[in-house]
Amino acid sequence: MSYIAKPSAHHPALPKNALGLTRRDYEGTMSTLCAGCGHDSITAALIEACFELDLPAHRIAKVSGIGCSSKAPTYFLSRSHGFNSVHGRMPSITTGANLANRDLVYIGVSGDGDTASIGLGQFCHAVRRRLNMTYVVMNNGCYGLTKGQFSATNDKSSPSKKGEANPFEAIDLCQMAIQLGAGFVARSFSGDKIQLIPLIKAAISYNGFAFLDVISPCVTFNDHPTSTKSYDYVRAHNMASENKLDFVEEKEEITADYAEGTSTSVMMHDGSRLVLHKLDEQHDPRDADAAIMAIRSNAAQGKVATGLLFVDESQQDMHDILATDRRSLNALPMSELCPGSKALEAINARLR
Amino acid sequence: MSGINDFVVKFATVNGSGSASANGIFAKTLFRMGIPVSPKNIFPSNIQGLPTWYEVRVSEAGYLARRDGIDLMVAMNPQTFREDLGEIAPGGWLFYDSTLPRVWPRDDITVLGVPIAEMCAAKWKDTRQRQLFKNMVYVGALTALLDMDLKVLESTVADQLKGKEKLVAANMEAIALGREYALKHFDCPLPIRLRHAEGAKGKILVTGNDAAGLGALYAGATVCAWYPITPSTSLAEAYERYAKRLRTGKDGRRLYGILQAEDELAAIGVAIGGGWNGARSFTATSGPGISLMSEFLGLAYFAEVPVVLFNIQRGGPSTGMPTRTQQSDILSCAYASHGDTKHVLLFPANPTECFSMGAEAFDLAERLQTPVIVMSDLDIGMNEWVTDAFAWNDAHAHDRGKVLTAEQLDKFKELKGRDWGRYQDVDGDAIPYRTLPGTHPTKGAFFTRGTSHDENARYTEDGRIHARVIDRIRRKFDTAQGLVPKPEIAIRDKGGKTGLIYFGATTPAVREALDLLEREGIKVNALRIKAFPFTREVVSFCAMHERVFVLEQNRDAQMRSLLMTEADVPGAKLIPALNYDGMPLTAEFVRGAIVTRLQPAQAAAE
Repeated sequence: MSYIAKPSAHHPALPKNALGLTRRDYEGTMSTLCAGCGHDSITAALIEACFELDLPAHRIAKVSGIGCSSKAPTYFLSRSHGFNSVHGRMPSITTGANLANRDLVYIGVSGDGDTASIGLGQFCHAVRRRLNMTYVVMNNGCYGLTKGQFSATNDKSSPSKKGEANPFEAIDLCQMAIQLGAGFVARSFSGDKIQLIPLIKAAISYNGFAFLDVISPCVTFNDHPTSTKSYDYVRAHNMASENKLDFVEEKEEITADYAEGTSTSVMMHDGSRLVLHKLDEQHDPRDADAAIMAIRSNAAQGKVATGLLFVDESQQDMHDILATDRRSLNALPMSELCPGSKALEAINARLR
Repeated sequence: MSGINDFVVKFATVNGSGSASANGIFAKTLFRMGIPVSPKNIFPSNIQGLPTWYEVRVSEAGYLARRDGIDLMVAMNPQTFREDLGEIAPGGWLFYDSTLPRVWPRDDITVLGVPIAEMCAAKWKDTRQRQLFKNMVYVGALTALLDMDLKVLESTVADQLKGKEKLVAANMEAIALGREYALKHFDCPLPIRLRHAEGAKGKILVTGNDAAGLGALYAGATVCAWYPITPSTSLAEAYERYAKRLRTGKDGRRLYGILQAEDELAAIGVAIGGGWNGARSFTATSGPGISLMSEFLGLAYFAEVPVVLFNIQRGGPSTGMPTRTQQSDILSCAYASHGDTKHVLLFPANPTECFSMGAEAFDLAERLQTPVIVMSDLDIGMNEWVTDAFAWNDAHAHDRGKVLTAEQLDKFKELKGRDWGRYQDVDGDAIPYRTLPGTHPTKGAFFTRGTSHDENARYTEDGRIHARVIDRIRRKFDTAQGLVPKPEIAIRDKGGKTGLIYFGATTPAVREALDLLEREGIKVNALRIKAFPFTREVVSFCAMHERVFVLEQNRDAQMRSLLMTEADVPGAKLIPALNYDGMPLTAEFVRGAIVTRLQPAQAAAE
C-alpha cells in the first residue's frame, strides 16, 4: 500500500455539488492496485455516490480490514478519517466507532477473504447488531495479495488460473446477510456503474445494516475464461437487465416515465427512494424468502442475481436497540458521565 | 488455639444449593459488627452439584490474608467430609448435619452435630424450602456458637432480601431454629467467638470487579464490549448495573453503550473502535481472552489508540483453573502482540484501588494514546474485601490527552510552528496530537493503520522511517514513567540488606508475614509495585538492597524477568518467591519463603 498523492490541480469547470465540491474533492491517493482491477471501479462509484449525495467528507468514516480490497479506502475520500484495522476485524472496529459516534456515515470496505473467511464471525454479528453502516465486499473469489489462492466465495465449479478445481462449497454472503437480518442487501458488479452508483447511494442513505456484495474481477488471478468471477462471465450472466435502478433523493421528484406496474419504489429512512424498474414480476424486495430463492434459482442456472435483493424499510439500528442517547456518546460532557462524590457516598453506604 | 475475633471458619457445601447467599450473609454480619473479615470463595467451574468452599477469616488485628488451619469447619458436603476433616486445626470444631450420625476419626477436635435435614423436614413441606433453609439453619446455630449479634444479622438478611419481606421472616425462623438447637445442646458460645470491634468501621465490603466497573463509570467510559469469561464477567456486569442506575437519562435513553460481543477478538475491536472515535472505551477479560486480544493490542499500540483493558487473571496455562487465582499474565500482558510492543500495566491490590486505578487507567490511556491494562485477579475481583471506602474528588479534571478541536487545528501552525501531522512529536514527550473523525471539514483527516507509517500517517516501507517511528513510540514509555502511580515502600530496617517486592492480591499476606518476621527479629523492607513501566523508586529500591525477594503467583517468576529486562536489576540479587496453586496467598507462605532462604538452619529445624 504505497502512498502516492494525486496532484490537486483540476479543471475549473468541473461540476460542483450542493456543498460546492467537485468529484476531485472526494478522491483519495493514487491507487496501487493492478491496472483493470474491479476494486478501482468500485472506488470510483463510491466517489461518485458521495459526491452526488452532497456528503461532507469529514462526516464519513472509512473502515477496512486487510487485503487488496481493504487498501481501497485510501483511494477515496482523503478528507475523511480512515481506519485500516486487522484482518477480518473491520466489523468490530466499526461497531465501536459507531457506538461512540452515531452521527457519522460509516463505509466499511472488505474483501471476500476478509469477510467470508477470517472475518465471517464478525460479519455475522455486525449484521445481527444491525449496525448502521454500508458494508461493501469487493468480491473477487480469491486472495490477491498472497497471489491467487481460492477464497470462500469462489464458486465450487470455478477453477483457479492454473486449472485446479475448487473443491469446496462457496459461501453466498448475500444469502447469509438476509438470513441474519440485514435490512438492506444488494449485489452488483464492478463493471456496471449504472447499477452500482444508485445502490451505493441507497445503501448509504439506509439507516441500518446495508450490505453490498460487489463482484469485482481480479484481473491478475481470477479473470480467466473458466472463472465465474471474470469480467466476461459476469457480463454474460448478470441478471441486472431485469432489475434497473434509480436513486431519488428526497427533494427530487420522480420524473422518468415508466409503464404502470413496471416499477416499485423503496423508501430510505431519510426520505430518499430507490426506484426499481422492469422488475422481475416474481421478485418483491421486501420478501426475504423470495430474495433467497431468487439468488438460489439464478445461481442454479449459472446466473448472478444482481440489484436490490432485499430491503426492510422499517428496521431499527443498533442504537435504537440499545436505547442509547440521541447525542453521540463521544460528545457527552463529563459532567453528565461522572456521577460525582455525592453519588459515590450513597454507593459506599450501600456497601456498609 | 485462636480466640475472640481471631479464627477461621470454613463452609464446605455443594454449589447450586443456595449456600452462597447464606455464607454471604454470615460474612456481612461480621463486617457490620465492625470486625475485619476476609471471605474467600473457593468454587468449582460448574453450576450445580460440585463441592464449593467458603472460608472466612476473622481478624480483629486486620490480617486479611487467607490462613491455613481451620478452627471451625461447617461440613455440609458428604463428598468432601474426609478432606474437610483433615483441614481442621487440632483443638478445633467440626459442625455437621447429624441427621445421619457418623463417627469422625479424630479425637483432637470437638464434633457439633445438628440434625439439620430432619429439622427442616419437620418444619417445611416444600422440598425446595427444606433444601434452601438448611443453610440458614446452620447460620442460626453459628449465631449461638460464635455469639453473633442477632440484630445485626436480621438487618443484613432484611437488606439482602429487600422487597421480599415474607422471605425475611421465613429466613429468621430458620435462623431461630438453628440457634435454639445450639443453645440447648452445646455449651455456647465456643472459645472462638465474636465481639463488636472497630477495625472495619468506615470501610466497605465489596469485590474488585464491582469496584473496577464503577471506576470505569466514574472515568466517564461510555463504550464497553466484553465476552463472558470467568472471573471477569462480573466487572462488565457491574459497569452495566451502575450505568443503568446512574447514567440513564430522564427520557430513558442510555448515556453508555454496552455490548456483549461474539468473542474476545470483537470485544477488544469494539473498544478500540470506540477509543479511536473519542469515547472512553474498555473491555474486561481473563487469560484466554488476553491471548485472543493480542493481535488487536498490537494494532492499538502501533496506531496509538487509547483503550483500557481489565485483565482479571486466573490460573493458566490454557483453560487452566478458571475459578482459581494467579498472577501469571504479567509477561503476556507487558509484551502482548507480535513485534516490538510494550504496554502500560497497573496493579491494584484491593477493590479500593480497582476503583481508583480503574478510573486512572482511562486518563493514562488517553494521555499516552496507548492500551492500558489493569492487572487484577480472581482473588481481588471476585472475593469480597473489607477495604477503604471509594473516594472521588469532584475537582478532578479527566485528562483527555492531546485531542485537537477544529479551532486548534486551524491554529496549529501558528501555535506550534509547524503543520499538524498525526504522528509528529511536537512537544518532545513523544506523544503526538490526535484528531477525531468529523472534527474539521478540511483538516486533520488521516488514515489509521497497522502498517508502517511515517509521521504524517502515510504508508511507508522505508526502514529508516519505520525505525524512527517505533523509537518515538518507545520513548512514550519514558513519559509514562512519570505519570504512572509510584510504588508503596515500607522501610522496617533502615540500611537493611533484605528487600521484598510484591504486588496485587498478595498484599495482605505480605503485611502479616512481615509483622510475623519482625516479631522473630527479621526485618524486611518492602516495595509494592503499582505500575509498569517501573518508576525510578523501583530501581533504587533494588539497588539499596543486597537481596530482593520477588513474590508472585506464577511459576516462571515473570515479574522478576520484567525487573531484569526493564529495570536492569541483576538477576543474582532477585530471589524468586513463587506460589501458583491457585489459592489466595497465606502469610505463612511468604514467611516460609523468606525464612528458608535467610535462615536455612532454622527453617530445617521447624
